[in-house]
Amino acid sequence: MSELEDVMKTFGEFGADKGILVNRDIAHLVASGHRILSMRAVEGLEVRAEETVTGIAASVRVLEGIIIKNPVHLCFGILHKKGIQEIKMNVQLERGAFASFIAHCIFPRAEKVRHIMDAVVEIGESAEMRYSEVHYHGLYGGIEVIPKADVKVGKNGRYLTDFSLLSGRVGKLGIDYTVWVGENAVAELTARVFGHGNDSIKIKEKVVLEGNNSRGLIKTRIAIEDNATAEVTGITEGNAGGARGHVDCLEIVKDSAVARAIPIVKVSHPLAKVTHEAAIGSVDKRQLETLMAHGLTPEEAVDVIVRGVLK
Amino acid sequence: MPLLEIKDITYRVKEKEIFSGLSLAVESGRVHAILGKNGTGKSTLAYLVMGCESYIPTSGEILFEGKVINELKVHERAKLGIALAWQEPVRFEGISVRDYLTLKSKEIDPSIYLEMVGLYPELYLDRMLDKSLSGGERKRIELASIVALEPKLAVLDEPDSGIDMLSIQDIMNVIDALKKNGTSVLLISHREEIAKVADKASLICNGKIMCSGNPKNVAQYYKSRKCEVCIGEECVYV
Repeated sequence: MSELEDVMKTFGEFGADKGILVNRDIAHLVASGHRILSMRAVEGLEVRAEETVTGIAASVRVLEGIIIKNPVHLCFGILHKKGIQEIKMNVQLERGAFASFIAHCIFPRAEKVRHIMDAVVEIGESAEMRYSEVHYHGLYGGIEVIPKADVKVGKNGRYLTDFSLLSGRVGKLGIDYTVWVGENAVAELTARVFGHGNDSIKIKEKVVLEGNNSRGLIKTRIAIEDNATAEVTGITEGNAGGARGHVDCLEIVKDSAVARAIPIVKVSHPLAKVTHEAAIGSVDKRQLETLMAHGLTPEEAVDVIVRGVLK
Repeated sequence: MPLLEIKDITYRVKEKEIFSGLSLAVESGRVHAILGKNGTGKSTLAYLVMGCESYIPTSGEILFEGKVINELKVHERAKLGIALAWQEPVRFEGISVRDYLTLKSKEIDPSIYLEMVGLYPELYLDRMLDKSLSGGERKRIELASIVALEPKLAVLDEPDSGIDMLSIQDIMNVIDALKKNGTSVLLISHREEIAKVADKASLICNGKIMCSGNPKNVAQYYKSRKCEVCIGEECVYV
């Protein structure tokens, strides 16, 4: 079996659609470890990628006014037990462009694996980018995931992102995103993570509302059990008139797990407004009893609540 | 044998006695209304019957189909056939109305239960059971979920309360559906007109059942608002 076939087989085992590789209307980039296995662009989308000593360097550009109809699939991973993969991404959406990206990050056997993502994103005026990053991990917990992104959203632009790590052990996660939001632009960042064992989750997301009437939302949903730890820092700065930001963090804690939430809001313009809410604790007793009153056992009820929060 | 029998229960929280020697029976297939002012322990009675955490009688017994259920947990009572429609139902993130109505069985058609409480299935089934719903909408969905459970006993705690008030007709629809399924109803309210749909009514005050009988008479007595001049020690009007 070729490495590509192996990657796609694993990809399929996690419930993903293997057909994306053969569909000529769908752009993709598949990389395993330091190797690029497959790549396709579509009209209006330019993809350049090269192999580096530690991973992949890629640049993606969506040309002015181009609407990419189908999501662009980015498939990264390491199938071996040990290894490093460093992805350097440069993404540019020109004025009025639209593209949706789905990044599949697959590490099924990781015992000592390091996955580093360093992205620079520029979203032009009135352009929109949607980015969904889904992680599929194995049960060993020997993985370190370090995604870092610096994103600039131009006037009237939109940036919507959703990071989820719900399958398998988290290992060590260290998200560090900063988003600069221009005039009338919108940034929405969602992260959903379920930690087990001795997983360590650190999420730092910062939204700087620097344009008039800009909007920002940082939404984090975490569930941790066993001896896992989580620390969520949501930072929003309102630096322009009419800017509105909100930080919303919910962490459900079970067993001996420990969670922290650090919402930081800063406003430097009298007409800006930033709010925050954070809730950490065990499963809500009333929710639990409501589901138990419908016949679910306490364990089933907790499972339904946690799955709902992470949905 | 009554379906539900509450025998001489006392319920104390710290030093405060909420119930002292309260007894009550709900017959199979019947609707029994509990009337009483705010703060008389009506919701506490509902939680005691459902077995919510820390709601265990200090003394006395709660029997369901002749068996003492004092020590049973909420889900164990639910499995026996007891269900509770909460006065203020909680909201859930990531759980749709469809998910909620089919918690017990995925085989049922949830649409019919939504229609029963005056909600259009096409507009509500895929909505989340979260804070985007109004209090009245959430309440209707709670009542629909109780009918879907087909319990032996449904405890309806203030079904008419809420921001968007449910009409009496909507509550009647729910109670009719429950009765058709052979479900007994313990209908808790502080509004006397609700009692009229019941087969029997009881007035609760000062931790005791003060009178029981024909709903019309109990409602009339309650309506006279003699409770308003109660000195809180002993009901001199019964």
